Amino acid sequence: MSIVVKNLTHIYMPNTPFESVAIKDINWTINDGEFWGLIGHTGSGKSTLIQHLNGLLKPTSGEIIIDGKNIHSKEVSLKTIRQKVGLVFQYPEHQLFEETVEQDVAFGPRNMGLPDEEISKRVKEALELVGLPYEQIKDKSPFELSGGQMRRVAIAGVLAMKPQILVLDEPTAGLDPRGRDEILQEIVDLKEKQNLTVILVSHSMEDIAKIVDKLAVMYKGEMVSQGNPREIFKDYQGLVEKGLGIPQVTELMIKLKGKGKNVSTDILTVEEARAEILKTLRRKGLA
Amino acid sequence: MREITIGQYIPGNSLVHRLDPRTKILVTLAYMILLFALNNFYGYIFPVVFLILATILSRISVRYLLKGLKPLIFIITLTFVLNSFMIKGRVIYELGPLDITYEGLVQGAFMAIRLILLITGTSLLTLTTSPISLTDGIERLLSPFKKVGVPAHELAMMMTIALRFIPTLLEETDKIMKAQMARGADFESGNLINRAKNLVPLLVPLFISAFRRADDLAMAMEARCYRGGENRTRLKELKMTFIDMATFAVFTLFAIGGIASRFL
Amino acid sequence: MTITAEITAKDVCYQYTNSSALALNNINLTIKPGEFVAIIGPNGSGKSTLAKLFNGIFLPTKGDIFVNGLNTKDKDKIWEIRQKAGMVFQNPDNQIVATIVEEDVAFGPENLGIPPKEIRQRIDEALRTVELTEFANKAPHLLSGGQKQRVAIAGILAMKPDCIILDEPTAMLDPVGRKEVISTVNKLNKQEGKTVVLITHFMQEAVCADRVLVMEKGRIVMEGKPREIFSQVEELKKHGLDVPQVTELAYLLSKENVPLPRDILTVDEMVDCLCQLL
Repeated sequence: MSIVVKNLTHIYMPNTPFESVAIKDINWTINDGEFWGLIGHTGSGKSTLIQHLNGLLKPTSGEIIIDGKNIHSKEVSLKTIRQKVGLVFQYPEHQLFEETVEQDVAFGPRNMGLPDEEISKRVKEALELVGLPYEQIKDKSPFELSGGQMRRVAIAGVLAMKPQILVLDEPTAGLDPRGRDEILQEIVDLKEKQNLTVILVSHSMEDIAKIVDKLAVMYKGEMVSQGNPREIFKDYQGLVEKGLGIPQVTELMIKLKGKGKNVSTDILTVEEARAEILKTLRRKGLA
Repeated sequence: MREITIGQYIPGNSLVHRLDPRTKILVTLAYMILLFALNNFYGYIFPVVFLILATILSRISVRYLLKGLKPLIFIITLTFVLNSFMIKGRVIYELGPLDITYEGLVQGAFMAIRLILLITGTSLLTLTTSPISLTDGIERLLSPFKKVGVPAHELAMMMTIALRFIPTLLEETDKIMKAQMARGADFESGNLINRAKNLVPLLVPLFISAFRRADDLAMAMEARCYRGGENRTRLKELKMTFIDMATFAVFTLFAIGGIASRFL
Repeated sequence: MTITAEITAKDVCYQYTNSSALALNNINLTIKPGEFVAIIGPNGSGKSTLAKLFNGIFLPTKGDIFVNGLNTKDKDKIWEIRQKAGMVFQNPDNQIVATIVEEDVAFGPENLGIPPKEIRQRIDEALRTVELTEFANKAPHLLSGGQKQRVAIAGILAMKPDCIILDEPTAMLDPVGRKEVISTVNKLNKQEGKTVVLITHFMQEAVCADRVLVMEKGRIVMEGKPREIFSQVEELKKHGLDVPQVTELAYLLSKENVPLPRDILTVDEMVDCLCQLL
């Protein structure tokens, strides 16, 4: 399943003194099975953009095409679109409301009108996908869980709808390093196991560099670049000017190269940096 | 929802903006009483002229002032229509079983004008007075009644906090609503009972969040040494000046004119 | 008498009423006037609880906390303690009381009964320190997260405390906001001479501290200068914490016998060291 965003513009409160252009003329194609990172400063329009992908916001102009059809045309039901494109908001634990974990995760599938049997099957699967023990947790109140567990329950609530595309808005915000690494790993596993298309919004360049295949950069409402993260992170100055950064190790290699050292700057992770520096040292016979 | 101008303060430095909030509150109250004391069309000349004068001095655009009427047009029209039908008198038009009477039309117009003047007058108060000085004014006006158990300070503090958190909670409502819609929730269709039921996934998280915020805020206020209104000072002390006195005097003249018109 | 300790914790334990485990287990520590102490640890390690004991929001179930020589259990002194040790919280939205920035900064001094003229001076000074003078008349909900946290800091500064405790002030901010807040915090300590206690789980933010405390399961498990702490990469990872990428890289390379110092904290330090080798 693919999403094509075509000339998308969104203006908040048009024709009032409060009118503001949130995103401008966005063109973006997300193909089946891709793992995208979406970065941009606060207020760059990332949230506005992703809320168009499942029809929560309606474009002021332009269109969103999913599987060849404009999602706002009459023949397409937005309910189906929202099932196909699962959207996990920032701090998703704030949307929990049911008395038990099981009921909360079942909210989505129930809204889809699925039979009870199918619902319980999906709830169980979804909870296991996010690494929560179904039997132990299903009857607990979501509000007595730890922060990290609550977030997992909320993500399971979206997964239970069996989306083909999963959009996550800063899924690690507010978590400590261990919690962050666990959630990121789960997202990577999920993508593999469920063969999902994933779009990950994040402020952490280190996290993004570690896991995504493709990267899109937003700046002041426009999509200023998209493509391979290795290519995009080469533009260190440009990204810093846009209020963004690059992974520390990439910065390190670029700065070493700037000092005339013969190293590759095509480095995204600590492991890659380690290998590259060792290789360079060996070439010089130093290690 | 965002079009409602009532309660929306437009910063400025006009004569009206600079008035003591107590003056503005008291004059607005007196103005409202005056509106209800009038019994004929001629009497409206006085509040209308006063309102026009105040609007000019406030430098608030008339368009903006009238925008406050927009959400209430329905009520104004309803008042007019109901009056037109209900009052017995000379029939000028028959609409099925209903009669429109001359007296009804007159009474309807009279009531509609009263409503319009009431709304624009109070909007002018809130457009020119920041919520915080409005609360300050109310607190000061109520403080003489503290002795008889009116919690003036507490009421004012509650209003301030409510005003502070309205934008935050509106934003939060929007976010939770969207998050539930992303899970297939439907807030827009179905009959009344179903719709009310469908609000549960919105209201429960909203209440939980509001309570959490209240908890946090209480802790933050205590950490900043808040212990009620006793021995508190204020950054901005209210002071009545010459222009406040002049405002009272001018309004009194208009009010006398209005009352006199009753005996025309 | 000169005060030799800003904050002292003596055999402090704390237990939440609805929990069987100790949130804090026998904490002993002394924070000196003018010191910048960073407390790091994973969620649930007790670091926020400890912060809330420092200005008497919670009282120890066992042991004592002294602020400026005053026991937080002393009910008559609690307001003095809170004025001396101000506190900034995690959620920027939930600690701003007023609808106008300067009115909010005024809130603390108003509670202390400071005369209006002096409140005015204090607001101007505090807003200047956090570099938000031009925002004095703005509504807080229109500010960015980083700006809101700086308003909260200004609100504390206006109470003229000796010590400022910041309880995960950056946890809910984006990288730009985080930088703003951390550079303000550094300024408070270095230029304004305030004692600072910074609670965080981002290691990079602790780099400028005089001393780092690592907490886990209600205990202080590591303590030392930032460089001493950060060079112990494996130990930190064991406690569920993280180090800056370059620190980890230096650690991995030195395991391969590359002669690098293990206490590298910034990209530029690493560049300098590697330049001599490559």
